[in-house]
Amino acid sequence: MALAENTGDAKQGIGAYLLANLREYGLLAALVVIMIFFQVVTDGVLLKPVNITNLLLQNSYIIIMALGMLIVIVAGHIDLSVGSVMGFVGALAAVMIVQLGVNWLLTILVCLGVGAVIGAAQGYWVAYWKIPSFIVTLAGMLVFRGLSLWLLAGQSVGPFPKEFQTIANGFVPDVFPAAIGQSLAPLFDARQVNTLALVTGVVAAAAVIWSGMRQRARDKAYGVEGEPTPFFVARTAIIAVALVFIMYKLSTFRGLPNVLITMGVLTLIYAFLTEKTTLGRRIYALGGNAKAAKLSGIKTERLTFLAFLNMGILAAAAGLVFAARLNTATAKAGFGLELDVIAAVFIGGASMSGGVGKIMGVVVGAFLMGVLNNGMSIMGLGIDYQQMIKGLVLLAAVIFDVYNKSRQG
Amino acid sequence: MKVLSGVYPYGSYEGEIHYDGQLAQFRDIADSEEKGIIIIHQELALVPLLSIAENVFLGNERAKNGVIDWNETNRRTGELLRKVGLREAPTTLVDKLGVGKQQLVEIAKALSKEVRLLILDEPTAALSESDSQALLDLMLELKAQGVTSIIISHKLNEVRRIADSVTVIRDGSTVSTMDARSQPITEDAIVRDMVGRDMAHRYPERERRAGDVLMQVENWNVFHAEHADRQVIHGANLTVRAGEVVGIAGLMGSGRTELAMSIFGRSYGQNISGTVRLKGKDVDVSKVDRAIDAGLAYVTEDRKSLGLILEEPIVRNVTLANLAGVSSGGILNENEENAVSERYRKAMNIRTPSVFQKVVNLSGGNQQKVVLSKWLFAEPEVLILDEPTRGIDVGAKFEIYGIINELSAQGKGVLMISSEMPELLGMCDRIYVMNEGELVGELTAAEASQERIMSLIVTD
Repeated sequence: MALAENTGDAKQGIGAYLLANLREYGLLAALVVIMIFFQVVTDGVLLKPVNITNLLLQNSYIIIMALGMLIVIVAGHIDLSVGSVMGFVGALAAVMIVQLGVNWLLTILVCLGVGAVIGAAQGYWVAYWKIPSFIVTLAGMLVFRGLSLWLLAGQSVGPFPKEFQTIANGFVPDVFPAAIGQSLAPLFDARQVNTLALVTGVVAAAAVIWSGMRQRARDKAYGVEGEPTPFFVARTAIIAVALVFIMYKLSTFRGLPNVLITMGVLTLIYAFLTEKTTLGRRIYALGGNAKAAKLSGIKTERLTFLAFLNMGILAAAAGLVFAARLNTATAKAGFGLELDVIAAVFIGGASMSGGVGKIMGVVVGAFLMGVLNNGMSIMGLGIDYQQMIKGLVLLAAVIFDVYNKSRQG
Repeated sequence: MKVLSGVYPYGSYEGEIHYDGQLAQFRDIADSEEKGIIIIHQELALVPLLSIAENVFLGNERAKNGVIDWNETNRRTGELLRKVGLREAPTTLVDKLGVGKQQLVEIAKALSKEVRLLILDEPTAALSESDSQALLDLMLELKAQGVTSIIISHKLNEVRRIADSVTVIRDGSTVSTMDARSQPITEDAIVRDMVGRDMAHRYPERERRAGDVLMQVENWNVFHAEHADRQVIHGANLTVRAGEVVGIAGLMGSGRTELAMSIFGRSYGQNISGTVRLKGKDVDVSKVDRAIDAGLAYVTEDRKSLGLILEEPIVRNVTLANLAGVSSGGILNENEENAVSERYRKAMNIRTPSVFQKVVNLSGGNQQKVVLSKWLFAEPEVLILDEPTRGIDVGAKFEIYGIINELSAQGKGVLMISSEMPELLGMCDRIYVMNEGELVGELTAAEASQERIMSLIVTD
């Protein structure tokens, strides 16, 4: 009798936990389901090593900007100018390197600086003049689109020197002796194996498991009711397996793309920044209740300003990656991209009213969109259908959010 | 009043309302307006960027098949404005009018609906003397035209001047009803009934000992946040000693919150002048973070919109004003943070399953304890408590009084704003009385009584 009651309680606990966290698990589950779906309908093309590499490269600049966009949205604002800023910075890089012959490293620094200035200029009006960010960045969108046209004089400028191209298209050289890779190759039935990629995958998976366990141990020590064990095991297993699987696939192609490293490091930095630092905490407080935050001594204006400054730098970084990937700068670059970035953030669970959203959610959200794009393209679905489907996915994700919230009361 | 005007529908309250000799069963505001009952709230319900005429006929447009007849609208509005004695064109934007004139627009709007019973909630609170007089004259005129009015007011001289009968309500129940036609009403009689006489031991005992002067505010002037020409605080001077609980009494809108918030990092108002001294030294309180560093804390009267981040858990609210205390080099120590919150949960007796509960799910009393925890963790010297027990139950109130006493025992200074006079009398060592932006009196605990506070307020 007592036993029956206990299990009943436990079940209720798990059920309640699942309901309370439906959003996060749902997102991860949706990504897995969509990947399996496309893997099947594309006859396995989706998860071919070359396509995985492609997928990462295609979405890298979206994810880089989405990291900054999450912070802007959590702070209660929006930035519509990122696509144009990205295009403008790409154009600037092309003009500097190709037409003016400036050193490519110097160009990168200048471009990031220009991004910072652009972000600061927009953030200044939003933060200190209380001009709605929608308006300021809408204006910015037009201004910087115009500036890229002017800068490129309607031409496409390229190609870039090899060194610059490697930002996006390069791969991390295998630091392990080639012999190891060659001896592993027959095991995987592949021509060559990049040992570094494989090792990175295993180490990353181990790190995920280890940090998860440590968090649980800490929660337990403080009497915090964490994730129920089955969920923890399932979630960690999915992530660990996925990491190893993707890295294994990459290792049988050309190894780790440089962009993956950039993206991974940035993601970790921003996850840390938003979740573990006072700065991050204050941004969430600002978005959650700006007045209460201000009355608690938080410099709300400065934080808003910094959020836009940061967004500018990341948009510039994305611009460099984008230009390097296409190996040319065009006036069309970044057109409409802000919408993909914003969509990724909302699919990832951020709230329009601010104060809510996580970096990891945004990355998963961006990949979800990326897999949709990629999968539908492989299937040969027209751009018309693609747009419609993406729109409906965004709407569904946000409806799900709102419904979920109203149900919880 | 909300019952009368149909904001709370029939069935949501007990008792009966008889209107025109019939039992009234209003379903909503439209229903009561249909019967000719119109309420004008203290906060005016006008749309600032629409014209007078548009406001007067808002929701009641002079229209044929959905197309508004502007000539008719403006003509009717002109008639109504003449009736209420407002010389403005019907097309003037409401935004351009002063509060007094806006009040008249509200009345014109009421008249447009063929009002028979007009309810005015503190109509003169925001008006100047001459505007008030004009409004009162208008009410007398309406009376002559057969319109009944109910006026809710703290200003006894006004009530005495125009009312035929006065009902005193205190703590939600009727205390007395006086008829001015049978015998003249005196202000004293009203004050006596407003104050009541029940002063039980609802306040925990405290050893009263005031130490050295902790905070001095001198010649503090503040102008309205939006209207730069309106001064809301006039040369306020006050002191708080260590271990002292000092009260500020006054009516709603007398400037108490504005005074407190302007001191706390200029969170209210503009063109603020005056000095704040803590322990004898001039301190910079021009920004909230500086005020906190100087040793001030302000516990807001509006905890939901100004005090808490409702969608975040208790732990994140408690540490918000002192993140430095749970971090090093800008990196949070979440274990430390949880431990701190846990400590306050126990000390304050916050009733919650865990400190990870979102504060939106807590009761008012527990929310208030979270706000207090936040400010205690910021380790201030002087706490300004703005209506610290508003909207919380009796048990939690008693606990909060206990916390205040403990703070004073630790030698902190407490400045407490409250609309509940018994609370001030029960808790404070000294009480300042505030009226219309001025500190009009100062009473020691021994001198203070509700009658004396009230008479300082109403004899103005």
